[in-house]
Amino acid sequence: MSADAGTPAIELKGISKAFGPVQANKDISIRVMPGTIHGIIGENGAGKSTLMSILYGFYKADAGEILIGGRPTPIPDSQAAIAAGIGMVFQHFKLVENFSVLENVVLGAESGARLTPSLSKARKLLTDLAKEYELNVDPDALIQDLGVGMQQRVEILKALYRQADILILDEPTGVLTPAEADHLFRILEGLKAQGKTIILITHKLREIMEITDTVSVMRRGEMTATVKTAETSPEELAELMVGRKVLLRVDKTPAQPGKTVLEVENLRVTDDKGVERLKSVSLSVRAGEILGIAGVAGNGQSELLEVLGGVRPATGTVRMNGTPLDLEGARSDARTRREQGIAHVPEDRHREGLILDFHAWENVGFGYHHDPKYNRGWLMDNDALRRDTEAKIARFDVRPANCWLTAKNFSGGNQQKIVIARELERNPDLLLVGQPTRGVDIGAIEFIHQQIVALRDAGKAVLLVSVELDEIMSLSDRIAVMFDGKIMGERLPSETNERELGLLMAGITDTDRAHSAEEVEANLAKSVGRRVQ
Amino acid sequence: MNLPKWADVVLIPLINLLLALFVSGLVVLLIGEDPVNAMKIMVNGAVGSTYGWGYTLFYATNFIFTGLAVAVAFHARLFNIGGEGQAQLGSLGVALVCLALPWPHWTLALPAAMVGGALFGAAWAAIPAYLQARRGSHIVITTIMFNFIASALLVYLLVGALKAPGMAPESARFPEGTFLPNARDVFAMVGIPFARSPLNISFLVGLIGCFLVWLLLWRSRLGYEIRAYGHSEPAAKYAGIAPFRIIMITMLISGGLSGLMAINAVMGEQQRLLQDNVLGAGFVGIAVALMGRSHPVGVLLAAILFGALYQGGAELEFETSVPREMVLVIQALVILFTGALDNMVRGPVTTAFLRYGRRRPRAEPAE
Repeated sequence: MSADAGTPAIELKGISKAFGPVQANKDISIRVMPGTIHGIIGENGAGKSTLMSILYGFYKADAGEILIGGRPTPIPDSQAAIAAGIGMVFQHFKLVENFSVLENVVLGAESGARLTPSLSKARKLLTDLAKEYELNVDPDALIQDLGVGMQQRVEILKALYRQADILILDEPTGVLTPAEADHLFRILEGLKAQGKTIILITHKLREIMEITDTVSVMRRGEMTATVKTAETSPEELAELMVGRKVLLRVDKTPAQPGKTVLEVENLRVTDDKGVERLKSVSLSVRAGEILGIAGVAGNGQSELLEVLGGVRPATGTVRMNGTPLDLEGARSDARTRREQGIAHVPEDRHREGLILDFHAWENVGFGYHHDPKYNRGWLMDNDALRRDTEAKIARFDVRPANCWLTAKNFSGGNQQKIVIARELERNPDLLLVGQPTRGVDIGAIEFIHQQIVALRDAGKAVLLVSVELDEIMSLSDRIAVMFDGKIMGERLPSETNERELGLLMAGITDTDRAHSAEEVEANLAKSVGRRVQ
Repeated sequence: MNLPKWADVVLIPLINLLLALFVSGLVVLLIGEDPVNAMKIMVNGAVGSTYGWGYTLFYATNFIFTGLAVAVAFHARLFNIGGEGQAQLGSLGVALVCLALPWPHWTLALPAAMVGGALFGAAWAAIPAYLQARRGSHIVITTIMFNFIASALLVYLLVGALKAPGMAPESARFPEGTFLPNARDVFAMVGIPFARSPLNISFLVGLIGCFLVWLLLWRSRLGYEIRAYGHSEPAAKYAGIAPFRIIMITMLISGGLSGLMAINAVMGEQQRLLQDNVLGAGFVGIAVALMGRSHPVGVLLAAILFGALYQGGAELEFETSVPREMVLVIQALVILFTGALDNMVRGPVTTAFLRYGRRRPRAEPAE
């Protein structure tokens, strides 16, 4: 516990919350001093979000007390939280797309039946804030025309308009480029200098180290430690989060690339709304190498994976081991792709990779249910499928090791292990893998990375798409950066850095020159995909 | 949170049913009748004699077919409201087969009539299915409209091409070789007395249908694809399952099952094609599938329950001054409570299970 003198801006005492048999929060106590940035870090399911939901009045704690500015303050609903000076910036923004910035800021906090006084008050506040904190946003722009970084700023402005003194941000950098994240951190520093208290929830160790003053670590619903950031290290935090030593770097030998497995030329995709999502993409992947596709979410990476995986039609040329693939016709489906030696770990395991209401064993056959070894004529050989599932569960250490559990009852990491096991054990010539460690705990991340590298070392080609730049940097043998449906450039991990990749992700190719934050943002706003999302 | 399976499939439907009966009792009380007595008459009328059982199971057979039809479509997340129309077309198919030849024996006529009924029912479902799969026209809307078209088509044929000499708009009587073995005759062969009722061999066909639907959904590759598609279309595409194919095949099976109802109602009882031979069974099938949780065993049990309600209701109307409409009210309440108000019961039951059920804490990660 922090031993600082003075009254904490916010203090939690012995907060507990159970959902049925699941203890989401167990006797949690924290003190956050005013004018500091306090990080809360923990794996998925550690109970961070539950704790913040209690603080914001979405859930009622079973036990415990919340003190704001030293006074016990019950928070039965979000109205009470706002009244107590708490503002929340959610991971998924809560904005009305076709309202202007001003209207969104005022929404729900209008001072009367007439809108104009509130709007002019908000306009004045926005002008003042823009000067103070680098929070410049055009008050009359429609939300749907703004980039993600701007939208997040509107969320912060909403909280400030409601006179929040305590600002909680839930995974704020998940959708930002490095440049945007830096900008956000400058805003937070500015707010801190004005005496605001900030609670930052994240799973990214780098951010914690960069910006917080103190950090609390959560594991399995408990607060395992609260330390001063200056006195800790990423390795120590990771160990506190997982409960054992973790390897933060991927351990791999240099690639031994062989013959070209995948060749993509002039690939174009237009979606149902007529928006061009891929604009003449060309790339190639060789056997025994991992090509990483970096980029901010929504710049065409998903479409690239979907086209190659047989989920979405396209025009252009794709050759697999020299044979052209059907991109639009009857043989452009996912089943044919699997037969052609392409395995696909989709970006969103809940939406695509798994049927959440199916048992684990049913999911292990998913996509490969035509395989003769799972079938006896017209009927499926469920026993064979279950035996295979048990073997995969054992080899990939899926927990709990129960092939009858439905997919939704596994944790994110174990769900992903089921998908990875299913796709990797096919020994494909080409593995398509999207966001392999999204929502996956650190322990499982290590394991999944090892599996992907092992497949590469076995001489297979891997196409990796990830929005986590760290992951791209550490796994890839070659990096291609996508922006607005185009490949902006290719780099070798050893010859590039996050700054350069970050600029490429914003569509800026002359990376030697210095660029202002405004320039990066203006360019990002050009990307169609990011707005349509 | 997950409920234990038995609570999901037995306890909740049971509570729903009791609630529905309780409210029905209140309504009976309101119109000045004794609810306890009314209940006695209904139960007695439905299952108190072989006569009652005969009618109950005869109605149940209709509901088994239409219930299975709705259930199969549900698994692909298709809401087939068109059971009524598909069953009417099925009756046309059965009638055409029965009238086409001087059938020598029912063992020949039945398989042929089944093919006819299923084909016509499936064909009627195929058009809305195609419109859904290719054009995105909502299947709920199109199948409802096809019910009206089916009804009009039948009237047109029964006052025209198929009309038998006489006043009534009905077809000629089927040849005797198409008459299906009656429960009374079958039981008489083994020496058990069974009252005269329209219950016939179609009930057994229905039971086999339940088994085959189970086999299809949970043991076959096609059923696996249907269920996967029903849970998530993006996931199905990812797995190489073509939505068009699944929508078409599922609706063909569903329409075929609805069409099969005619072997019981038309071939088994009426023995001629009447203008209104389905009598709402297509719609009751929706309630049956809802209450039966889209599982063939659940459908079977729910079909028998609704059969009993039909038969008990008829007795109630006969023996008391409770009007026919009252029976409809009771049925509607059962549908309301089992279908629409399911979550009203589910919520408290789930909470009760969480609170008083397993108390041992489990080390499970929470979100």
